[in-house]
Amino acid sequence: MTHRILSTVCALLLATSLQAGETLRLAVTTSFHNSGLADVLLPVIAKDLDLEVQLLVVGTGQALKLGEQGDVDAILVHSRTAEDAFLNQGFGTHRREIMYNDFVLIGSDTDPAHIQTATTAADALQKIAMAQTTFVSRGDDSGTHKKEVSLWKTAGLDTEQFGPWYTSVGAGMGAALNTASGLNAYIMSDRASWLNFANKGTLVLLYSGDPVLFNQYAYIPVNPEGKPHIKYDLALKLESWLVSDEAKALIDSYKINGEPLFVFNATY
Amino acid sequence: MGDFWSGLGQAAWLVLTFDSDLLAIAARSLQVSLTALLIASLLAMPLAAFLAVRRFRWRRNVIALMNALMGLPPVVVGLIVYILLSRSGPFGILGLLFTPSAMIIAQVIIIVPLIASIAHQSLRDLWQEYHDLLISMNVTQGQKIRTLLWDARRALLTAALAGFGRAIGEVGAIMIVGGNIDHATRVLTTAIALETGKGDFALALALGFVLIAITITVNFAVHWISRTESEGRW
Repeated sequence: MTHRILSTVCALLLATSLQAGETLRLAVTTSFHNSGLADVLLPVIAKDLDLEVQLLVVGTGQALKLGEQGDVDAILVHSRTAEDAFLNQGFGTHRREIMYNDFVLIGSDTDPAHIQTATTAADALQKIAMAQTTFVSRGDDSGTHKKEVSLWKTAGLDTEQFGPWYTSVGAGMGAALNTASGLNAYIMSDRASWLNFANKGTLVLLYSGDPVLFNQYAYIPVNPEGKPHIKYDLALKLESWLVSDEAKALIDSYKINGEPLFVFNATY
Repeated sequence: MGDFWSGLGQAAWLVLTFDSDLLAIAARSLQVSLTALLIASLLAMPLAAFLAVRRFRWRRNVIALMNALMGLPPVVVGLIVYILLSRSGPFGILGLLFTPSAMIIAQVIIIVPLIASIAHQSLRDLWQEYHDLLISMNVTQGQKIRTLLWDARRALLTAALAGFGRAIGEVGAIMIVGGNIDHATRVLTTAIALETGKGDFALALALGFVLIAITITVNFAVHWISRTESEGRW
C-alpha cells in the first residue's frame, strides 16, 4: 500500500516536471498581453522557429526583477529609464526597440473636467487636477504607471500632493480599468488594453494623439553571464525573428475593431 | 446581472463543446491540487496521529502553532516559495520555478496545517476512547497510530476534502510561483483572475462555475466511493 502511494506520488511529480521541446521564457507587460498581439505572434513563432515561447505576464517592475534573478530568458517591456538602469547594472546584454503604441486618456462620457478640449496631454492632466475629479492610477510601479507619473511631472504637478481624488489602486491595467469603470473616473491606459477591455460602462476615449503619449516597446535578452541556464541563443533567435519582415507585417496589420494598434519601428 | 446569466450560458457551452483549452486547464487544476492533497495528507495525517498519541514537552505549542498556520496567507507562501525556487535562490538549481511542481509545493505548504489540524481534532477524540484499550494491549506507538488513522478514516476524509477545497480554490500563491503561463501553468483560478483583469466577466464567471462544479463533483465522488452516511456508524 505504502509503495503504491509513493510510486503514484513519484509518477505524478515526474509527469508535472516533463516539458515539451525547446521553450523560452519571456516576461512581458500586461499591456502587451492584453492587446492580443501575442496570440497572433506566438503560433507563427512556434511554426517558424520550432520554439515555444512561455509568456509571463507581469508589470514592468516584476518583469525586470525576473530578468535580474535569471528566472526568464528575455523581457519585452516599455519603460525607458527602468530599461537603461537594468542594462547599466549588467542584467541584460542589449536593448532592441521593436514597436510602439500609444497611451490614451479615458473618462466618463460626461467629461466633468472637459479634457476633450485639451491641446496637449499636459493640458488634459492639468484640467483633471484643477477639477479634482476622481482619477485612477495604476500605482503598481509598472511601465504605464511610471509613464503616468512622468506625465504629471511634465504638467508641473506632483502626485504626492494630490488629495483623495487621486486613487492609486496598485493593480494591473484591466483591474484598474474595472475600478475606473465602477467609479466613473479618469484613467490613463494603453490603447490596446482599452480597445480589448470588455467592461467599459460609461467610459469613453477622451484624449489621445500627443507624441509624448507614444509608448516604445523594447526587447532585452537577459545576460547569461553566471547564469548557465539562460537560453541566450534562443533569445537571440527570437530577437532576429521579432525584427524580421514577417514580424513587421504581422505587427503593422494587427487591428482591433478596425483600428491599428502597433507601429513596427525596429531598425536592422 | 446580465453577466451572471451569460456566464452560466458560456459555462454550459464550454462544457458541452468539450472546449480543448478548458479541458486542459481543468485537468491541470485537478492534477496540481490532487497531487498536493496526496502529498499533504501523507505528511499531515501521521503528524496529527503522532501529536494525538505521544506526549512531549512542546506538544501543546506545536498544536497551537499548527492551528495558527491554518491562517497562513497564500500570497506570502507564494512569495517565499518564489524566493526559494528562483534561479538566484537556494533551490534555483532545480529549475522548478514556473512549473506545476512549484505550484504543488506551494499548495502543500498551505494545506498541511489545515489537514493536520482538522485530523488532529478528530484523532484526539478517538484516542480518548481507545486509550485504555490500546494501553492494556501493550501495542507499540506505530500500531497505535495506524489503528487511530484507520478507525478515523471517515473523519480524515473530511480533513482531506477541506484541504482539497483550499488547494483548488487558491490563487495568490500559484499565481506567483506558477506565473499563469498559457499551456503550462495556467489553472482555473489564475485563468479567472486573468479574464477578470480583461474585464471579460462572463468568461471569468463561466470558468468559476466550472471550478465550482469540479469541486462539487470531486466531493460527491469521494463520498460515493467511500459510502459515507449509508451504513452503520461509518
